[in-house]
Amino acid sequence: MTLRNHPPAEPDIASLKAHALDLRRKMMGMASGKGEGYIAQGLGIADCLAALYFHEMRHDPARADWADRDRFLLSTGHYSIAMYAVLAQAGYLDVAELPSYGINGSALPMSTFDTTNGVEIVGGSLGHGLGQAVGMAMGLRLDGSPARVFCEFSDGELDEGSTWESAMGAATFKCDNLVVLIDCNGIQADGPVTVAIEPVADKMTAFGFETYEIDGNDMAALAEALGKCREPNGKPKAIVLRTIPGFGIPTIMARERAHFVRVGNDEWDALIAELEHENA
Amino acid sequence: MPDSQTLGNRTRGMGEIVDIAGKTTEIAPFGNTLAELGRERPEIVGLTADMGRYSDILPFRDAHPDRFFNVGMAEQNLVLIAAGLSKVGKIAYCTTYSVFVTRRAYDFIAIACAHSMANVKIFAGMPGLLNGYGATHQATEDLNMMRGIADLTIIDPCDATELKQVVRAVADIPGTVYVRNLRGKVPVELPADYKFELGKAKVLREGNGEIGMISTGYMSARGLDAARIVQSEGHDVGLLHVGTIKPFDKKGVIEFARRHKRLIIAENHKTTGGLASLVIEALYEAGVYMPVVKIGLADSFFECGSQEYLEKKYEVDLPRFVRAIREGV
Repeated sequence: MTLRNHPPAEPDIASLKAHALDLRRKMMGMASGKGEGYIAQGLGIADCLAALYFHEMRHDPARADWADRDRFLLSTGHYSIAMYAVLAQAGYLDVAELPSYGINGSALPMSTFDTTNGVEIVGGSLGHGLGQAVGMAMGLRLDGSPARVFCEFSDGELDEGSTWESAMGAATFKCDNLVVLIDCNGIQADGPVTVAIEPVADKMTAFGFETYEIDGNDMAALAEALGKCREPNGKPKAIVLRTIPGFGIPTIMARERAHFVRVGNDEWDALIAELEHENA
Repeated sequence: MPDSQTLGNRTRGMGEIVDIAGKTTEIAPFGNTLAELGRERPEIVGLTADMGRYSDILPFRDAHPDRFFNVGMAEQNLVLIAAGLSKVGKIAYCTTYSVFVTRRAYDFIAIACAHSMANVKIFAGMPGLLNGYGATHQATEDLNMMRGIADLTIIDPCDATELKQVVRAVADIPGTVYVRNLRGKVPVELPADYKFELGKAKVLREGNGEIGMISTGYMSARGLDAARIVQSEGHDVGLLHVGTIKPFDKKGVIEFARRHKRLIIAENHKTTGGLASLVIEALYEAGVYMPVVKIGLADSFFECGSQEYLEKKYEVDLPRFVRAIREGV
C-alpha cells in the first residue's frame, strides 16, 4: 500500500506549487470543454487541495474505502471542478474522464455526489459539510482510529445556521482530529458576501477552535498552518483561507461576477495561455 | 370505553402515553430495547437534541455513556452528526420530537442521510396528538413530509410489542429510517406472537367482509378496541395494520380492500398526505372503488391540551371509531 506523503517531514513547496498549477490546468481544460463553470472558486482553492492531497493527508488512492484514511469533505459541492481535478491527479479518477465534467449523464456532475470515487459526502446543499465532519471525527475517535477529518466550506456558507450549530458541536465533542478549511473568497451567488460574517477568525476562535488565518494562495503558509493543526490538544482546528477567486489567471481575478463564470468559446485559449504565462 | 386514569383536564404537555384502564403498559420500550441491542452491537451510537428524557433514550445513555451524545437544541446538527457517524461505520439512532426533526431538519434528512443511504435511524417522538403543546409541538404532517423523501423508510408502530421489534429490525434495514416513537408507559396491544415485517401490512383481525379498517400507529389499537365494542351488535370488523408507511404495502392493502364492502382508514395524522392518501391512491390505481371513511386530523393547526381532550375535540377518539363503524360516516 502506498500512502501519499505521510507523515510529511518537510513540505516540498516547489512540488506542491507544481501540483497546484497542474490542478489549474486540468480545471481550465474541463471548463473550456463545457464553456462555463465554477472555475473562479476552483482556481482559488487549488493550492489548498494540492497541500492536502499531496502533503498533509494520509490516504491511499488504491483503496478509497480504507477505514483509516483521512477524510476530505468538500461542503461546497459546486467546487466540483476542483474536486475532480485533484481526485484525478491523485489517482482516484481517470484523467481521461475529466472532459465529461458537467455534461448530461456524466459521472462527474456539476455538483459533487458521494457516488464519485473519492468523494465522501453529497455537497452542494450548503451547510451540510461541517456537521458530517464532526460526526465522522467523533466516530473515528470512538474506534481509536488515527484518521483525521478535513472539511472545506466557504465564507458564504457561514450564512447557514447549521454551520454554527456544527461549530459548537465540534468544540463540545472536542474534535481535535478535525481541521476545517474556510475558503473566504468574498463571493457568493448574488455577488460579494452580503451578511456580516467578519471577523471570521475571531468567530471561530470564540466558538472554541484553534484558529489560523493565512493567505490561502500561499503554499508555504498553507503547509505551515496544516502542520500546526496536528496537535491532539482537545480543540478542533480552523484555517481561515483568504483566497482570490480565479487565482492564477488575472483576467478572471478581475471579474466582478466570478461566482459562475461563462467565457466565450474564443476566449478560453487566451485564458489558458495567461495561466501558463503567469506561472512560467 | 376505557378511561384514562390520569388525564382529566390536565394538560399532558409531553404527551406521555399514560395508564389506560384495562391495558397493560411497558415503560420505555424504545430506550430499554436499544440499551440491550447496544450490548450486542458495539457499532450502535445514540444521539439526542436535548430530548433524552422525553424520547426515552436514557436507558441507552446509562448503559453506554461513551456512545451517547446530546448535541443540544440543534436538530440540523443532530442529523448531520448522525450522518457523519454512520459514514464511518456506526449505526446512529437519534431522537427528538417528530415535529422538530421533520420541520427543522428536512433537507438534512433528505440529502445528508437518505440520499447517501446513511445508517441513521430517527426515532421521532410524540407524533400527532400525542403531544399536547399545540401546533408548535405536534407533528401532524410528518408522514406527508417524510414520504416525499426517496430512499427513506417510514415506520409507525402500534404499541410496545411492535416498537421493540422495530428498534431491533431497523439496525439491519439499509439506509435511513424514520420511526414514529412511542414513549413513557406504552400500551401492549398486539398479541405476543405478532411479528413486524418491513413493508408488510398485517391483518390483526379477520371480519365478515362488510367493514374493513386500515390503520397505522396506535390508531390500530384503537381500531381493535372499537371492533370489540361493536362485535355484539353484529359488526364484525376486519383490521389491517400498516406498520410500514414506506415502502407501502400496496398489494396487501388492495387485497384487504377487495375482501370488504367499505373501508375505514385511521391515522394519528392529517387525513391529507398520510395513510388515507396512500390507500386511496393505491386503490384508485388498481381500479378498486369503494366507500371510504377517513378518521384523522383536518388540515389545520391544533390547540394545547390533554391527549383525551384533543382526541375528542378533533374526532379521533374511540367514540369516533365506533360511530364510523355503526353509521358509516
